[in-house]
Amino acid sequence: MRLYESVFIARQDITSAQVEAMADEFAEIITSAGGLIKKREYWGLRSLAYRIKKNRKGHYVMFNLETGPEALREYERIMGLNEDVLRFLNLNIEEVEEGPSIMMQAKTERSSRGQRDQADADAPAEKDDSSDNSED
Amino acid sequence: MTQLEIKREAVRKPFNRRRKACPFSGPNAPKIDYKDTKLLLRFTSERGKIVPSRISAVSAKKQRKLATAIKRARFLALMPYVSE
Repeated sequence: MRLYESVFIARQDITSAQVEAMADEFAEIITSAGGLIKKREYWGLRSLAYRIKKNRKGHYVMFNLETGPEALREYERIMGLNEDVLRFLNLNIEEVEEGPSIMMQAKTERSSRGQRDQADADAPAEKDDSSDNSED
Repeated sequence: MTQLEIKREAVRKPFNRRRKACPFSGPNAPKIDYKDTKLLLRFTSERGKIVPSRISAVSAKKQRKLATAIKRARFLALMPYVSE
């Protein structure tokens, strides 16, 4: 059993409830193989630094896992097949960080911005148009 | 961000500039983490390039760690590969 940190980015137009369901499904792969979910974080809908498959935003979910290599391979395979997953990164880590990661700390720091992000999520089409124009 | 001036000691003698200490060494140095984009952004140029250690004064060991962290952050679209 080793410790891993896993982050995946889900498509922007699915709801956060759907993202949670997806995360549950992935977590299930690990736990059913005898692994442990040490930490689970939802970083929210963040804007991407560049476009990935035409998406400007994505839902970020992070896991800290303790599992063997077979389960992780299966986990990666399932993620690769899922079309709602834009990208994932699994890393081997030495130890699980205590407390929430920097991402979560930054999010709570400026909760007012978080609310604004929420408003953006309600009208994604409008947002995309405006950013398209600014690029021209 | 305060940039170190790139002035060779050989050019002008009177200024014997003290070597700046590595920002990641010492007791309360920040941990290099790919998730900490705010920190990583300080070690990239405006274009998004990684700043050479001779300018940022990061030690060779930490520079290697920093480079992988930046590359991971780029892969996850937390940081841009190029920003124009």
